[in-house]
Amino acid sequence: MNCQLDAASIFYENSLYRFMYEATGSFVPCWMSHLLAGLAIMLLLVNSVLLGAALVTWLERRILGRLHNRIGPNRWGPFGLLQPIADLAKLLTKEDLVPAGADKLVFTLVPFVMMLPLVLMTAVIPFSYNTMLADLNVGVLFILAVSSASTIGIFMAGWSSNNRYALFGAARSVAVLISYEVPVVVSLLGIVMITGSMSLNSIVQAQTIPFLLVQPLALFIFVTGMSAELNRTPFDIAEAESEIIAGYHTEYSGIKFALIFATETGAMLVVSAIIATLFLSGWNGPLENFLGWLWFLLKTLGIIFVFIWVRGTYPRLRLDQIMALSWKFLLPLSLINLAVTSIEVFVLKGVDGYLSTMDLWIMAGINIPLSIMLVLLLGGVLNKKVDASPVKAVAPVVPGVATIEVK
Amino acid sequence: MNMRTEPMTVNVGPQHPSTHGVFRLRITFDGEEIVEVEPILGYLHRGSEKLAEERNYVQVVTLTDRLDYTSSMINNQAYCIAVEKLLDIEPPKRGKYLRTLVAELQRIASHLVAVGFFIQELGAFGTPLMYAFRSRERILDLFEMLCGARVTVSYMRPGGVFADTPEDFWPALSDFLEEFDEEFGEMEQLLLQNEILTSRTRGVSTLPADMAINCSVSGPVLRASGVNWDWRKMAPYDAYAEMEFDIPVGRSGDNYDRFWVRMQEIRQSVRIIEQCVERIESGPVRHADLPLVVRPEPGVEAYGRVEASKGELAFYLVSDGGVSPYRCKVRSPSLINLTVTEHLLVGWTLPDMIVSLGSVDINMGEVDR
Repeated sequence: MNCQLDAASIFYENSLYRFMYEATGSFVPCWMSHLLAGLAIMLLLVNSVLLGAALVTWLERRILGRLHNRIGPNRWGPFGLLQPIADLAKLLTKEDLVPAGADKLVFTLVPFVMMLPLVLMTAVIPFSYNTMLADLNVGVLFILAVSSASTIGIFMAGWSSNNRYALFGAARSVAVLISYEVPVVVSLLGIVMITGSMSLNSIVQAQTIPFLLVQPLALFIFVTGMSAELNRTPFDIAEAESEIIAGYHTEYSGIKFALIFATETGAMLVVSAIIATLFLSGWNGPLENFLGWLWFLLKTLGIIFVFIWVRGTYPRLRLDQIMALSWKFLLPLSLINLAVTSIEVFVLKGVDGYLSTMDLWIMAGINIPLSIMLVLLLGGVLNKKVDASPVKAVAPVVPGVATIEVK
Repeated sequence: MNMRTEPMTVNVGPQHPSTHGVFRLRITFDGEEIVEVEPILGYLHRGSEKLAEERNYVQVVTLTDRLDYTSSMINNQAYCIAVEKLLDIEPPKRGKYLRTLVAELQRIASHLVAVGFFIQELGAFGTPLMYAFRSRERILDLFEMLCGARVTVSYMRPGGVFADTPEDFWPALSDFLEEFDEEFGEMEQLLLQNEILTSRTRGVSTLPADMAINCSVSGPVLRASGVNWDWRKMAPYDAYAEMEFDIPVGRSGDNYDRFWVRMQEIRQSVRIIEQCVERIESGPVRHADLPLVVRPEPGVEAYGRVEASKGELAFYLVSDGGVSPYRCKVRSPSLINLTVTEHLLVGWTLPDMIVSLGSVDINMGEVDR
């Protein structure tokens, strides 16, 4: 039984997969060597995501500490790097509680349901030149489809916990997801049109200049929408600590909580990686054949820093404001972006059906000022409605007392 | 389509992270909207008023520290003014100035806590709160220099304060004032024009002036509704008659105005402190011929009132000629300000409710006593 990988296979470019497949293929049936090769890589990916999540937790706490004028965790390991492991050890020793009246099966399933889409998403991300599990030709679609599945886990958690705060969190989370899915999907259509492909690898290769410049509006919409789906500030209403304790995971403790928490930070890591891939030209950079992973990592860390920075700065929006932001602001913007991009692609596209670097620069030159103008314009329109100036109350005023009045 | 819905009752507190202590609200929600609110008090009741009847007049000062534990100095002041009225004595000038000075420092600290937690409840993760606490720490350090304690200070005594300032207090104070200007400027820059903050708080939970007056609301909550009422101006005590400062007033009594009034009052307090530092003269700090255990005339009553950081704080004392008060009644601003809770919360949503509660700035130590 000598199994050879077909050159048309989505795994063909992945040299580790091919090696595992062909090595195991000599003593087991071919279908089983597919399984073994896939398992080996999934093991790598799962572990790198979880370890990455631990590192991101540490990073988040250190950076937030700096923003807060504190030091942050620094006791365990150099710069407190082992703090996530200490936390995990503590959580493992905790009692695994299931609240009375909870739906035990659904309650227990939640951490796995939430973890699964996260791990699946990593399958299509190109970490470096030709380093990905599967070069799926519908990569963008796959990511969008799988990432929204995590909300099912959130809703299961809220529903099964038998806790009213958790139910609040679950209901809010679903409402947010439904609103933000639309602008996020529409915003990515521009990229797909420019590259003419949904494969993440092709998108990276097409970025002779980062799409950050070509599609600034799409980046803005995507980052906003993703922070809403990730429950990051200012959209963290599903687990708003000051309002509904911990939202959907109020009742989770011990290792279940650890898994949910790891999923949340892991999701931030994966989404940052996707943003780096789609908008910051992924592994592109000097010496990309050898150092691709480094550029990819640096870009991902940059995005993560932005997420943490925003968390340390902004207050939270209200549910109705988040809805308004999505439907009245982001959705029109994403539609305008789609229209403008399609006209540009139609006009600039050469006879071979591809856009040259010069074309991309022209698009950047049009899109950047247009985006700034649109955001300011639409933001101003929205702002007037929100900030209706309050009526002055008639108040008895003591005369002869120096007062200053609010503007 | 007609869907059957039913209201949901939730206990917010006493272990909720943003109820400012062990406060409990039984709230009935329709979706996220509040249809009914019932505040439930008493989780921190320690019987301070009864305890005061068992201690002599000086010992009661330590009880007042534990009422509103974010503004102990002002509580001391209110009680001491009541006892002074009972005994018909006046503290010396330096004592008055020192009391004014530390009371204003305490007002800054208390307002910083209020504003910090208000922003925290809006959802900002810690940064504004830590900015506020950075400055509050400095104030508590100053208190430590004065009396060795940071929170439960017991610095004041009937007839003045218990000790004069140490030598290094004044340079430390001027250092603080200098740096506070910049630190607080950072906070103002971050918060006052913040888009999310204004859109979350403007026009939310408005309190009309007539409602505020009818409910006997006082302090920043009253002033945010547009009434320029401040006991430091209306009936000046200690050294306030000689101080120059403005009263910030709001317009519509919404959450933003309550927050804005506190931010401005911090600036005005700095003005008062600067004037105190300028005009203070050396001399005794406590009334000279006052015995350790005072016995006021029997049948005398006194009502000492100050503008505390949360509103009008007053002590009503009745003497029966003994070493301890026959009756000590505390008029605590937090409790009275809670009377408008229902008006502020019903009809608004869960996130606004948390913020409105934070903007009233209650302190459970004072509510339950």
